[in-house]
Amino acid sequence: MAKGRRIVAPGEQLPPDTTGPEEYLVDHGGWKSPATLGILDERDGKHVFIPLQGVYMPRKGDIVIGLITGQGIVNWFVDINSPYQAILTVQDFLGRPFNPMTDDMSKLLRVGDYVKAQIQAFDRTRNPTLTVQGEGLGRIVEGKIVEVLPSRIPRIIGKKHSMINMISEETGCEIYAAVNGRIHLKCPNEDSEAIAILAIKKIERETHTVGLTERVKKLIEEEKKVRGV
Amino acid sequence: MARKDDVTLFREDGTRLDGRRPDEMRPIKMEVGVLDNADGSALVEFGRTKVLAAVYGPREPVQKYIVIPDKAVLRVRYHMAPFSTSERKSPAPSRREVELSKVIREALEPVVLTDQFPRTAIDIFIEVLQADGGTRTTGLTAASLALADAGIPMRALVGGVAVGKIQGRLVLDIDEVEDNYAEADMPVGAAPDIGLITLFQINGVMTREEVMKGLDMALEAINRIVEMEKEVLKSKYMKVEV
Repeated sequence: MAKGRRIVAPGEQLPPDTTGPEEYLVDHGGWKSPATLGILDERDGKHVFIPLQGVYMPRKGDIVIGLITGQGIVNWFVDINSPYQAILTVQDFLGRPFNPMTDDMSKLLRVGDYVKAQIQAFDRTRNPTLTVQGEGLGRIVEGKIVEVLPSRIPRIIGKKHSMINMISEETGCEIYAAVNGRIHLKCPNEDSEAIAILAIKKIERETHTVGLTERVKKLIEEEKKVRGV
Repeated sequence: MARKDDVTLFREDGTRLDGRRPDEMRPIKMEVGVLDNADGSALVEFGRTKVLAAVYGPREPVQKYIVIPDKAVLRVRYHMAPFSTSERKSPAPSRREVELSKVIREALEPVVLTDQFPRTAIDIFIEVLQADGGTRTTGLTAASLALADAGIPMRALVGGVAVGKIQGRLVLDIDEVEDNYAEADMPVGAAPDIGLITLFQINGVMTREEVMKGLDMALEAINRIVEMEKEVLKSKYMKVEV
């Protein structure tokens, strides 16, 4: 653990100037504590709380990777790695009105398929609805999906996409990290895919450590040598 | 079982049968992340009492009628394994287990930020693997650790310990033999960081002064238990292969 960084647990008193995600900071009327385990980072005299745990809560506009878990009369049920099951309508998927007489839903999406979609609407009273009307959205037809803790996604992406770009350049994989903790990999071969997964899993385990980019780079180089990529 | 008056629960030097001082807890062991399938889990041992807790959720419950529109519902199942006691315990939920599930749920509800997850359920399974007294407080401690391990937002961590009155003397963290011959048993659960007592029961007869003294003993011990919980949670992230 680097100087100026320490792990804090729920109930511990945080410095009054601590900032961080609102839902992870509890105000006890005069003092704050973290709601989950996380890192208290001190930089230039300012304290920032970075949660190490947490579940994905959908937000309007988020791009997520969903898993089709069921089919309704005019919609699919989608697992978006959140406490709430999302809904994707056939009308939205087709981009035109849906006619059950002529359109066969099971030919469009099946249980077990992954979709890249955007959260169209979500509030505390209703489950999220998804849309695939947008560039790059829709059924995922190739590649592999890797699941990580949603709280690790910002570290996997890195500052100004530094980490994800580095993995992408070193392995030749096209990587998309969705905020709900699912990562889509499109790699040129199986070895590159395996190396990229190893790197992602290492970041997930060691997200709170310093000098991680260098260690991940070293891991990729070593694995490339071993596998002869 | 022998009559209470016939049994001596203190040694000549004033220590208890297992060698502890009256204000001494049993050795405590804690471990988190012991179950891969659960979102959070913990194994806690207070001496020979061994309790496993697993947390799932927040998730949409299958039984939609249980949901609360503006917050998550906590579901707690306290259960003693058939092999946890010296005589086989029926695996069916007993009156005592139903009551303890409720008591532990009510001890956790004030600290879990349930309003962040409306219409969902958080399931907590507490399985007593080996019972030697103090299973509800050990279960509460394990549940608190498992909740924190699952990343469920909490106001503070909760710990629990029982104080007993045996042969007119107050003793901390009573075990099964002491419980069997005790004049009173007082389990306490608290979140010391926010100054909240979340579980408080008395079974037996105690004077007002004894209750106050026993409560002080319990709260002081819970402080240490919660500090230990924090260390265990943090240690999970300290072990990193480089």
